[in-house]
Amino acid sequence: MSDYVSMDAHALRDATVAKKRSARDNVRDAFRVIDALDAKLHAFLTLDRDGAARRAEELDARLARGEEPGPLFGVPVALKANMCLEGVESNCASRMLEGYKAPYTATFVKRLIEAGAIPVGMTNMDEFAMGSSSENSAFGPTRNPWDTGRTPGGSSSGSAVAVAAGMTPIALGSDTGGSVRQPAALCGIHGFKPTYGRVSRYGLIAFGSSLDQVSPFARSVRDVELVTSVLSGSDREDSTCLDEPPYQSEPGGVRGLRVGVPREYFPDVLHGDVRARTQEALDALRALGCEIVPVSLPHTDHAIPTYYVVATAEASSNLARYDGVRFGLRRERGGLQGMFAATREAGFGAEVKRRILLGTYVLSAGYHDAWYGRALKVRTLLRRDFETAFEQCDVVVGPTSPEAAFRLGAKSDDPVAMYLSDILTVPVSLAGLPAISVPCGFVTVEGRELPVGLQIVGPHRGDARVLRVARAFEDATTHATRRAPVNA
Amino acid sequence: MTSRTDHASDGDVVRTIAALARLDIDEREAAALGRQFQSILKQFESLSKLDVTGVEPMVSASGAQSVLRDDVPVPSLPVDVVLANAPARVEDFYRVPKTVGGDE
Repeated sequence: MSDYVSMDAHALRDATVAKKRSARDNVRDAFRVIDALDAKLHAFLTLDRDGAARRAEELDARLARGEEPGPLFGVPVALKANMCLEGVESNCASRMLEGYKAPYTATFVKRLIEAGAIPVGMTNMDEFAMGSSSENSAFGPTRNPWDTGRTPGGSSSGSAVAVAAGMTPIALGSDTGGSVRQPAALCGIHGFKPTYGRVSRYGLIAFGSSLDQVSPFARSVRDVELVTSVLSGSDREDSTCLDEPPYQSEPGGVRGLRVGVPREYFPDVLHGDVRARTQEALDALRALGCEIVPVSLPHTDHAIPTYYVVATAEASSNLARYDGVRFGLRRERGGLQGMFAATREAGFGAEVKRRILLGTYVLSAGYHDAWYGRALKVRTLLRRDFETAFEQCDVVVGPTSPEAAFRLGAKSDDPVAMYLSDILTVPVSLAGLPAISVPCGFVTVEGRELPVGLQIVGPHRGDARVLRVARAFEDATTHATRRAPVNA
Repeated sequence: MTSRTDHASDGDVVRTIAALARLDIDEREAAALGRQFQSILKQFESLSKLDVTGVEPMVSASGAQSVLRDDVPVPSLPVDVVLANAPARVEDFYRVPKTVGGDE
């Protein structure tokens, strides 16, 4: 089992194809780690033991027959609970969808399975992906394996923890405003949000449709690249999916590459030691031959309000479908309208209600132009900031999160403080750009060492360039090799 | 601009918005949400200070292209699979409370 926990997807796949291990061994080990740790960490909401066992058996039989193994052959994978796998409960960590079993499989999940990956279950998250800590899950928070009194970040909390704690070598999350990059940073792993539209959203339960992007977690950059190549590519079921072939890795190093450092990404709220780790990361990139270029993204301060207007507007529309008619919870009270209101009152948690109301407000007659219309224009300004910066540099680099993992409960009563934890990730989301969080060291908080992430942002469709820089950084440093101090 | 946040924090406005969103909220919730809205929207007021004259709205992150599939019928999901998640059904239909001649 120690083998299983220490291997990335590449190593596990190679060992399985070489018949040193079987797909069944991998599934057995995945569930052993999950069973040993999940009472403490609460990464999973649903486990699919039967489905995983069945797929593993099939894969072993196919290999025995001499069939060509896929690029993720026999690799266990965790999926966020807003992703559809036919017949498995995907409840978005909401009472509203408790018991909901997807009637079909998402395009990206289908692609994972066709590549030989084995879904083991659905992971905990902030309800409907709204939050940055997992505290908005209706089923209780996920805990950070580096310190179980702290948040793993969110909203893709359980998927980040599954990878950080060695339950699965890879996992999928969804990133709307930082929901993969921020938990990756707080858990000491890699989390990559591809360019908006690079991965089909068909089968991802919607939050903010112009922002949502399926995104992988992994413990190595080569695994991030492998999973991205499997997930990406056009899909007739999603009209916003870019009509491009699957992701291809870009060879080469980073010598001569211009790394833009925006002064706005070092705000006052940035924790001092996070600033120091970021500076050291920049030194490492310089030592690799990169040129460090100061740049400016002058509208950064407006990104949080813009994001929370756009995302809540889209959410209020997307979540209108939860009315008690076709799926999920139903509470009857009088006629049809009474049923809608009673169902939504009982099914949604406090933050989801808050965002639906904010979104309804900014879209309502008399306020639409002043809030939503204006936010869409500021979104253009934020995108232009990046376009201007990318005239002077090849990638933009800064911290992923202003601080390391915070204590569970520290911000749960203060929505504004919680929203500010996304300050460094939402501008990238609004612009639709590719970005990865890579481990860049540790800070000591109250006697505990906690991981910190470096965010590397590329221009539109510059996914391969982002991952080329991440690969070079990973090769030159040892931050990503340290494992969370939990033992299965 | 101040008037905008004041409006949103008003209990009546909160209740109107809640009705539009088909959310039941009671007096206490309306008051609490009103206060939270005020602090959230106060943070958001910086948007009103920007000059956005002549700036096009960004409505899509992937370019606002229109994508049409070929007009070829493909099989839909089986009715039983789709209705398996229905809170209540009659034959091949969703069952809902009476909507005509009822209380609304």
